[in-house]
Amino acid sequence: MAATVEFRLNGRPVSLGAGRSQSLLWALRGELGLTGTKYGCGIGACGACTVLVDGRAVCSCLRTLGDVEAREVVTIEGLAQGGKLHPLQQAFLDNGALQCGYCTPGMILGAHALLASTPHPSRAAIASAMEQHLCRCGAHQRILAAIESVASRAEHAHE
Amino acid sequence: MSERAGVSRREFFRMLGGGIVVCVGCAALPGFGQNRWPRYPEEVDAYLLIGADGRVTVFSGKIEMGQGVMTSLAQMAAEELGVELQAIDMVLGDTDRCPWDMGTFGSMTTRMFGPALRAAAAEARSVLTGLAAARLGVSADRLTVHGGVVSVTDAPSRRVSYAELAAGKRLMRRVGAATVLKAAADFQVMGRPAARLDARAKVTGEAKYAADLRLSGQLYARVLRPPVHRAQLRSLDTSAAEAIDGVTMVRRDDLVAVLHADPQHAGAALAALRPQWQLPQEPGPDDDSIFGHLAESGVPLTESAHRGDVVAARAAAARVFASTYRKGYVAHAPLEPHAALAEVSAGRATVWASTQTPFPTREHVAHALGLAPEAVRVITPFLGGGFGGKSADRQAVEAARLAQLCGRPVQVAWDRSEEFFYDRFDPAAVVTIASGVDAARRVTFWDFTVYAAGERGAAHVYDIPDLRIRSGGGMSYEQSAAPQQLHPFEVGPWRAPGANMNVFAIESQMDIMAAACGEDPLEFRLRHLSDARMRGVLQAAAAAFGWQAAAAPSGRGVGMACSTDAGSYVAACAEVAVDEAKGTVRVVRVVCAEDLGIVVNPEGARMQIEGGVTMGLGYALSEELHFRGGDILDRNFGTYQLPRFSSVPRIEAVLVRNDALAPQGGGEPPITIMGAVIANAVFDASGSRQLRLPMTPERVLAGLAESRHHAS
Repeated sequence: MAATVEFRLNGRPVSLGAGRSQSLLWALRGELGLTGTKYGCGIGACGACTVLVDGRAVCSCLRTLGDVEAREVVTIEGLAQGGKLHPLQQAFLDNGALQCGYCTPGMILGAHALLASTPHPSRAAIASAMEQHLCRCGAHQRILAAIESVASRAEHAHE
Repeated sequence: MSERAGVSRREFFRMLGGGIVVCVGCAALPGFGQNRWPRYPEEVDAYLLIGADGRVTVFSGKIEMGQGVMTSLAQMAAEELGVELQAIDMVLGDTDRCPWDMGTFGSMTTRMFGPALRAAAAEARSVLTGLAAARLGVSADRLTVHGGVVSVTDAPSRRVSYAELAAGKRLMRRVGAATVLKAAADFQVMGRPAARLDARAKVTGEAKYAADLRLSGQLYARVLRPPVHRAQLRSLDTSAAEAIDGVTMVRRDDLVAVLHADPQHAGAALAALRPQWQLPQEPGPDDDSIFGHLAESGVPLTESAHRGDVVAARAAAARVFASTYRKGYVAHAPLEPHAALAEVSAGRATVWASTQTPFPTREHVAHALGLAPEAVRVITPFLGGGFGGKSADRQAVEAARLAQLCGRPVQVAWDRSEEFFYDRFDPAAVVTIASGVDAARRVTFWDFTVYAAGERGAAHVYDIPDLRIRSGGGMSYEQSAAPQQLHPFEVGPWRAPGANMNVFAIESQMDIMAAACGEDPLEFRLRHLSDARMRGVLQAAAAAFGWQAAAAPSGRGVGMACSTDAGSYVAACAEVAVDEAKGTVRVVRVVCAEDLGIVVNPEGARMQIEGGVTMGLGYALSEELHFRGGDILDRNFGTYQLPRFSSVPRIEAVLVRNDALAPQGGGEPPITIMGAVIANAVFDASGSRQLRLPMTPERVLAGLAESRHHAS
């Protein structure tokens, strides 16, 4: 019988019996039904599967359930509160910072972690922090603008 | 109405729930109307429905892969109908609900399907206005339409909504030939920036892609892949895989798969298979020897343009320039790998697939399952990028076959390695150009031959009296496959197929001649251009860039290039910085001007320019598939380098106003100039001419060493 793993997911406690070695990405996309977290490469080289673990951006394809035991996991589905978009989500929307949208959840969560640790990064610092996130449609310039628009505000909310 | 038509008009309305339907037939438009499947009461390519709730639904076989047509098509319908953009619902790429469409590629949605959709919306408005005139007891010319409400112009309180007019109706109209479309000056919705209709779902994670869909009882399949192309399976030991609890093993002809209710267990079962492969005897060319292979393959050349006498003109030229240009294979590498979910039961199949071609996919699935096409429904969720690569639908056929064999729903979602392995790459290609000038620095002849890239983009609009353009071994739209044996693996259409290579060669050659003549590249081009649209985009790009006339190499690192593609004209100026010690090229700034006729969604058009410029950095600077014969060496993003945030320049998109022309293609043209504009800027910076893409640091260093050698 596989071990039960408990952690918090998007503000709620969850308990999974899949075992500690189960991939976090596939647990999210499978049993937990949170398909906003995308598979892109499986080796942590594209950022599409990025989630927040205790506020830090990690590639969920490289993590197991054991890695997040007793931790706080946030996926793209957990950002909007009561139907109100998170400022980063709104900024991506306002700046047209997406095309196919497949990299978008990972981009937004990557930016979220950046702004949590560095509230007012320069544009160059944003580009550097987002370097491991791939976008094939070429929305980079608008993604930078979207993140910058949130970062430039005196105060911005991040949970 | 024939027996094959599938549904009667009555059934059709029962399916839709009533309302007013306007059908679009665009058979007269090139590229449409082939093999149309006659399941509708009228032979149609799309239709729109005004329902009793006043909402307008557009049914089209086109698909949304990020290029933004969900929004721009809705804008066109809203404009001609006189409703708010938010009143439009789009149903795209569902073969049961949408009429036949050959696929979404070639930047054709806006320029070819757009006019038909606008005509249908205009016809709907005319029908609704007629109904309103009868209801309100005034003539139609006294009515005004705004926001889906028809009112009497001089007595606005006398009004009736589209919803009220459509309620209880079962009315079908077909677009008449004389339908008048709105003029650009009267636009309320078109021509204005519109936020993407899909943006909210995409920032919240609610947007569904094929691999996100789930059916009760579904199995996840992993398919056994050969290690290299053309390898044959000699033997297979499945015992360890079958020992895994809950595994279903399928082995049917060439299809070997393991399936499990948990994708991780399916993956473990795949890893437990013990296959023995027979590798091909001859490995075939690799990523260096491929160019000799292509040029010496003996493929027949066909002439697509010929005027004057290039042989005589060459003999008479004051100076002759002969160059050979090369480009490697490039992957589509959409962030979303191919995926499909299939369900087969009671003689019917439903397949949710990431495909740019849902109707051809339906045919392929039907053929593989032994079903009639009407028994197959393909539904296209959002695509996580396509770029031509999702015209290939192998994963949909695999999922459908496995679902049929297992009697349960099956998902096939490729991993990144499979995505690289089965990519139908943009082909490696070779272009040779001989051209020359007379004593007055006038280009007198142009002898152009392209191998393997195809003809698209090979024609240009420069005024050159003696000219010959030939092509061999290329792909065509009709047959999107290259001649057998030319490539070690499959190739296929890649965003502006062929044009990226051809424009790289053409625009590099123009720069070579301009530099040899000691003339500013802009002046040199303009001196050979009477085409007003090309002059317009060049001058617009130069003005926005702040182009200062100088002969190259000026040391400033600036370059330009222009092209025409998909009915649009595009020109760009770029600034680069070349690190002469490391060989790296950093693109600092790109200004790209485009004339695409009437611009439906300026915001969407700018996104496509920015996207094309950014994606184009890849094939220009870093993207090239490494392979040995059928052995694909790049299988993930660790070695295959896409453009990244650090490599993206400041990009300025300039839309050159041309409201006299119907909307033209927007998705592909801007990417075509990226190889040349960077190569020309690298030459301007360093004096080194790069003739091979991508311009990797190694090649740039080799070029710099060579140009120093020549200078000394």
